[in-house]
Amino acid sequence: MNPAPPAIEATGLSKAYGDKVVLDGIDLRVPRGTVFSLLGPNGAGKTTTVQILSTLVRADGGTARVAGHDLAAAPQSVRAAIGVTGQFSAVDNLITGEENMALMADLHHLARSEGRRVTADLLERFDLTGAARKPASTYSGGMRRRLDIAMTLVGSPEVIFLDEPTTGLDPRSRHTMWQIIRDLVADGVTVLLTTQYLEEADQLADRIAVLSGGRIVAEGTADELKRLVPGGHVRLRFLDPAELARAAELLDVGVRDDEALTLQVPGDGSVHTLRALLDVLDGARVAVDSLTIHTPDLDDVFFAVTDRPEREKVRSR
Amino acid sequence: MTTAAPPAAAHLRDSLTMLRRNLLHARRYPSMTLQVALIPVFLLLLFVYVFGSALGTGIGQGGDRTAYLSYLVPGMLLMTAGVGAVPTAVAVCMDRTEGIVARFRTMAISRASILVGHVVGSVIQTVFTLVLLITVAFAIGFRPDASPLEWLAACGLLVLFVFALTWLSVALGLISRTPEGASNAPMPISFLLPFVSSTFVPVGSMPSWIRWFAEYQPFTTIVETVRGLLTGTGIGDNAWMALAWCVGIAFLGFVWSLRLFDRESR
Repeated sequence: MNPAPPAIEATGLSKAYGDKVVLDGIDLRVPRGTVFSLLGPNGAGKTTTVQILSTLVRADGGTARVAGHDLAAAPQSVRAAIGVTGQFSAVDNLITGEENMALMADLHHLARSEGRRVTADLLERFDLTGAARKPASTYSGGMRRRLDIAMTLVGSPEVIFLDEPTTGLDPRSRHTMWQIIRDLVADGVTVLLTTQYLEEADQLADRIAVLSGGRIVAEGTADELKRLVPGGHVRLRFLDPAELARAAELLDVGVRDDEALTLQVPGDGSVHTLRALLDVLDGARVAVDSLTIHTPDLDDVFFAVTDRPEREKVRSR
Repeated sequence: MTTAAPPAAAHLRDSLTMLRRNLLHARRYPSMTLQVALIPVFLLLLFVYVFGSALGTGIGQGGDRTAYLSYLVPGMLLMTAGVGAVPTAVAVCMDRTEGIVARFRTMAISRASILVGHVVGSVIQTVFTLVLLITVAFAIGFRPDASPLEWLAACGLLVLFVFALTWLSVALGLISRTPEGASNAPMPISFLLPFVSSTFVPVGSMPSWIRWFAEYQPFTTIVETVRGLLTGTGIGDNAWMALAWCVGIAFLGFVWSLRLFDRESR
C-alpha cells in the first residue's frame, strides 16, 4: 500500500459565473482525519469550493483529488467516498425522518435488515427517535440539520463536507452540532467545514484557511493565524457621539462603531501603550466612559487579512 | 462498496427506490393527485349534462346527449393525460428548489434514476386518473363497441401519450424557477390544446384558419385515433400522425430533460 494520500488535495481551482470570478486559484491540502475550516464572509467562495469538491459543479480550471480519486476522471468514486451536508443539501420534507433515512439506506444498497439497523442507530445517536415518524417539514432547524447529518452518515463517508452547518441555529443547537462534529473526527472521518463564525473555526478546526474574494488570503492553525497580527486592541467606549468623533480624529487609527459608541485602537494592552493612549485623550479632554483590552482573536486576523479599509490602519501600527 | 453493483442492476434498483419515494409523496399528499383526477371528471359531467344536448345536435348524425357522451369520452381521456402533466412539473420543480436533488447528485447513485422515478410515478398516477374517468363514463352510460384488441390499442396509445407528456413536463419542471411557475407551465398543453382540437366539437365546425392548426395538432390526431378505435369512427391518417406525435414529444421531452438535468447548477 502507498502511504495514504491526503483526504483532499486541490491545486489552482477556479470558477467564474459569467464575468464574476468566484474562485481565483484555490490550493488546499487536508490530511486524513482532520478538520479543515474554510472561513470567510458571504460571497467569498466557500460554497462554490464545496460544490466543486463534492462534484456538484465543475471547476473552470485546476485539479483536485478527494479521498484519493480524481474529481474530473472519477467523480462517481469521489461520490462513493463523501457525504455532503449544508446550505444546498437537504432532507425530503414531505416524508418522515425515518423514511428519509430508509431512502438513504436504499440508495446505498444496504440490505433491508442492515438498513433498518443503521437507520435506528443513527436516529438514536442524533436524538431523533422520538420524531422519527413525523414529517421532516415539522422539524425545528436544529432537528432538520441533525437529520441531514444522520442521512449523510448512512453511507459511512470518509470525507464529509459541512457547509455552514450551524448558520441559523440557536446557541444550544450550535453546541450540539459542534459536539457531533468532534465525535465524527474522533471516528476518523475527515471534515471540511465552512463557516462565517471565527469562534467555530477556532473551536473545531485543525487548520483554517481564510477565504476572501475567491482567494485564500491566510492559512494555518488558529495559533499561527493569531500570530499574524501582533498585539491585540484596546476598545474605548464613549457616552457621547461627539466625544467618539473627537477621539477618532485625534487618534486617526482603529475601527469606529458609531452605534455602539466604541473605538477599537490597535495595541497590545501593555501599561506603557495604555498610558500613552490615555495621555493623548486626557490632553485633548476627551471623556472616555470605559476601556477594555483584547488579546488577538481570529476576528483580528480576519480583519487584518481580508480586504477591508481598516487593514491598512492595522498594518500601519 | 456501493460501486460494485453492475450498472444495469444499479440503475434499476435506484429507479425503483426513486419510484417508491414518488409514490410515497402521492400517498402522503393525495390532494394534488385527487384534484387532478377530479377536474376531467367534472368537465365530463359539465359537458354531458349542461352542454350535451346542444352539442350533440352540433356534431350531426342526429346526435343527442348519449351520442355526445360517446363523442366526448375519447377526448376527455386525452385531456386527463394533459392535466396530469401539472403535478409532474410541480414535483420535479419542488425537488430542485428544496435541494434534495443536490444531495442525490453528490451520491454514487444512478443519476437517471431521479428522473425515471418521477416519470414512472407520474405515468402510474395518470393511468389511475384515466381509469377513474372511464369508470365514471361507464356509470353515466358510455357504451363503446370496441373489441378487446381495439381497447388494447387505444390504451396503449393513451399510455404512450401520457409517457411522452410526462417527459415534456419533467423538462418544464426543470426550467421553472418556482413550483407556482411549474404549475402554470403546462397550461397550454392541459387546457389550450384540448379546446382547439376535436376533443369537444368536430374541427370541421371551426373557421378554416383555426381548423388548419386544429386538424394536425397532437390532440386531434390522437383523439381521432382513440375515438376510432373505441367508437368505430374513421381514423384515416390520424393513426400514424398520432404515433409520430407521441414518439416526437417523448423524444423531445427526454432529450430536453436530460440536457437541463446535466447542466451545471446555477
